Amino acid sequence: MFEDFHLASILVSTIRNAPVLIFAAMAGLFAERSGVVDLALEGKMLASAFVSASVAYVTQNPWLGIAAGVGISVVIALLQGYVSITQKGNQLVAGIAINIAVSGLSFVLAQFFFGQGGRTPDLGQARLFDIILPGTDAVANIPFIGWFYGKLIGGHTALVYLAFALVPLVHWVIYHSRFGLRLRAVGENPHAADAAGVHVERTRFLAMLCAGVLCSFSGAYLAIVQSGFFLRDMSAGNGFLALTALVFGNWRPLYTAMGCLMFGFFGALQIQMEGVELPGIGKIPGSLIQMIPYVVTVIVLAGFMAKSVAPRAIGIPFVKSR
Amino acid sequence: MSTNDLPRWATAVVLPVLNLLSALLVAALVIYLLGENPLESLGILVNSAVMNPEGLGYTLFYASTFIFTGLSVSIAMQAGLFNIGSEGQMYLGGLGLTTVILALDSSLPGWAIIPLAMLGSALFGAAWAWLPAYLQARRGSHIVVTTIMFNFIAASLMNFIIVTYLIPSGQQNPASRLFAETAWLPRLSGWFPILGDTPLNISFLLALLALVIYGVTVWRSSWGYQLRATGLNKHAAHYAGVSITKMIVVAMLISGALAGLASVNALMGSTHYLALNFPAGAGFIGIAIALMGRQHPVGILLSSILFGALIQGGFDLSLEKSNIPPETFIFIQGLIILFCGAMENFYAPAIAALIKRLPSRAR
Repeated sequence: MFEDFHLASILVSTIRNAPVLIFAAMAGLFAERSGVVDLALEGKMLASAFVSASVAYVTQNPWLGIAAGVGISVVIALLQGYVSITQKGNQLVAGIAINIAVSGLSFVLAQFFFGQGGRTPDLGQARLFDIILPGTDAVANIPFIGWFYGKLIGGHTALVYLAFALVPLVHWVIYHSRFGLRLRAVGENPHAADAAGVHVERTRFLAMLCAGVLCSFSGAYLAIVQSGFFLRDMSAGNGFLALTALVFGNWRPLYTAMGCLMFGFFGALQIQMEGVELPGIGKIPGSLIQMIPYVVTVIVLAGFMAKSVAPRAIGIPFVKSR
Repeated sequence: MSTNDLPRWATAVVLPVLNLLSALLVAALVIYLLGENPLESLGILVNSAVMNPEGLGYTLFYASTFIFTGLSVSIAMQAGLFNIGSEGQMYLGGLGLTTVILALDSSLPGWAIIPLAMLGSALFGAAWAWLPAYLQARRGSHIVVTTIMFNFIAASLMNFIIVTYLIPSGQQNPASRLFAETAWLPRLSGWFPILGDTPLNISFLLALLALVIYGVTVWRSSWGYQLRATGLNKHAAHYAGVSITKMIVVAMLISGALAGLASVNALMGSTHYLALNFPAGAGFIGIAIALMGRQHPVGILLSSILFGALIQGGFDLSLEKSNIPPETFIFIQGLIILFCGAMENFYAPAIAALIKRLPSRAR
C-alpha cells in the first residue's frame, strides 16, 4: 500500500522536520532584513528547547513550556540586540558567544535540576497532541486520499500548522505592512531611513523581538514535539541550516520556506537511507549519511543552487550621521 | 566612542582586564546561584591549577594546545576572517599526523618521524581549511557558516574513518592503535623532575616559538603588512596591489595548518593514539583566546595559560563540587567571547572620561 512506500514516509517526515527550520529561518529573516546578522539562532533554539522542556515537565503543561521558551528566547534576542545595536559590537562574535554560552549553561542547569547527565526527564503525557482532522476515519480506506488527508495534511501538532501558516503571514508583514517597509529600509539603507524619520535602532530592536519569539518555537518544537525531552546540544546545527535556507531563499519568506522544506526532505532521506542496501553501492554507513545536510548547506552557500543578494546593511552597526 | 581616543595602555591592558573580570563576575554569580561559594571555588581552582608544580605542568600542557588554536584563529582574524573551523581543522590535523605515524613508526627513528608527523598534521589541517577559504574568496560564501559546516562534516567523516579503518582488529574502543615509542614527544619532566608525571612536553617550547614567528611575521614583514591591510580595509589593500583572493586563501591555509599542529601536543605528547573527538573543544577555545588576547602574541600566551588553568582547575573543581561540572567552563568561555569580543569597548567611554579628569602630566 501507499503507506509502505518509502517516498510517502519521506514526505510525511519532511513535513515534520521542516517546522524547526521554518521557525528559525523566519526568525533570522526578521533579524537579518533589519540589518542584524543572527548567528545566535542556534543558541536561542537550544535555550528555548531546554526551558520549554523543563517547564513543560514541571508543570505537566506543554503550553506553559512553550510560553517559558518564548520568554528566554526573547531575553537572549534582546541581549543580542543590546550588544549588536546599542553597543555596536561585532555581531558575528556576539552570535557565536551566545551559542557557546548557552551550550554550556543549558547542560549545567539540566544537570543541576534533574541530574540525568544533562538531559531533562521524558515529558510523557505533557507532549503536544496530534490534531486529527475531522473526517479522517471516513476517508481512511480510500487509497492515496486517506494517506494524503490523514497523514500528510492531518495528524500533526498545532506547531506544525503554525509554522506553515507563518510563512504567508511573514510575507505579508515584510512586504505589505508599514513595519515591514521600515524593517527593509533600515536593513538596506539605514541612513536614508533615518533621514526619512524612521527610528533605526528601535526598528531593529522590534525585529530582534520578532526573531526571539519565532526562534523560541523551533526550540520548543524540537523538545516538546519531536523528542519529548531536552538533550545536550540537541539543536545540532539546525540554526545554521535555517540561516543557509535564508541564503538559499534570498531572504524572502516564500523561497526561504522552500529551502527549509528542501533541508527537511534531505533530513528525512537521511533517516530512510540508514541501513538500506543501495544497488551497486551497498550499505552506506550512518556517519557518512549524517553529513548530507551539512554538505548540501556548503553546496547551497557556494552559490551552485541559487544566487542571492544579502540585505545591504547586514552586519554593520548604525551610527547616526551628523 | 572609538578606542582611538584612548592611550594604548588603556586599550591593550585596562579594557581586556575589565572585560575578563566582567565575564568572571557573571560566572561567579551563576556559581553562587548553583548553591556553591564562588570564592571557595576560585580557591580550589587556583590551588589545583597553579599552586603546585604538577598542576602547573598540566595547565601549561593544555595551554600548549590552546596557543596553537589561538594562533590559528588570530592569523585568520588579521586578514578579517572569522575562522570558526579550527576545531575541525585540528581534528583532521590529527588524522594527518596519525597517518604518517602509523605508516612509518616501525621503520624510521624519532628524529625523522616527529617532524614528518608534524608536517602531516599541518598539511591535513590546511587542506581542511582550503575549501571554505576558496569559497569565501571566489564565491563569497560566508566563511563563518562554511567553517561551522566543515566542523560537522569533519566530526562525521572522522567517525567513519576511525571506526572503519583505524580500530585495530579485535578492539572495540573507537581509537587507533598506540603509536610506537619513537613517535612520542620528549616530556619536560625528564629535565625538570619536579613536574612529576605531567604530559607537558616539548610542544610547549614549539608553541612559544610559533608565537615569536607569528609576531615577527605579522608585524615585521611586508607580507604581514599586506595581511593586516587586507583585514583593516580590503578595498584599500586591493587598490595598493594586494591580491585579496590570494591573501584570503593563504591566511586560511596557515590558519588551518596551525590548527592542525595543535593536534601534535594532544596526540604525540599525551595520549599517543588517535581517539574519537580528541580536540574536545580546543578549536572553540581558540576563538576566546584570540579575542581575549587581541591577536597579540603576549595576549595569546597569557589567555592560553588562563584557559589551561581553567580546564585543569575546573576538572579538579568538578570532582569536589558536583554542581560545577566541566561544562561550566564552556559557559564561561562563551561569556569571555561575549565580553572580550563583542562588547570589547563596553568600558571605553568610562575610561575615556576618567582619563580626561587626570591632570595632563599623568597622561
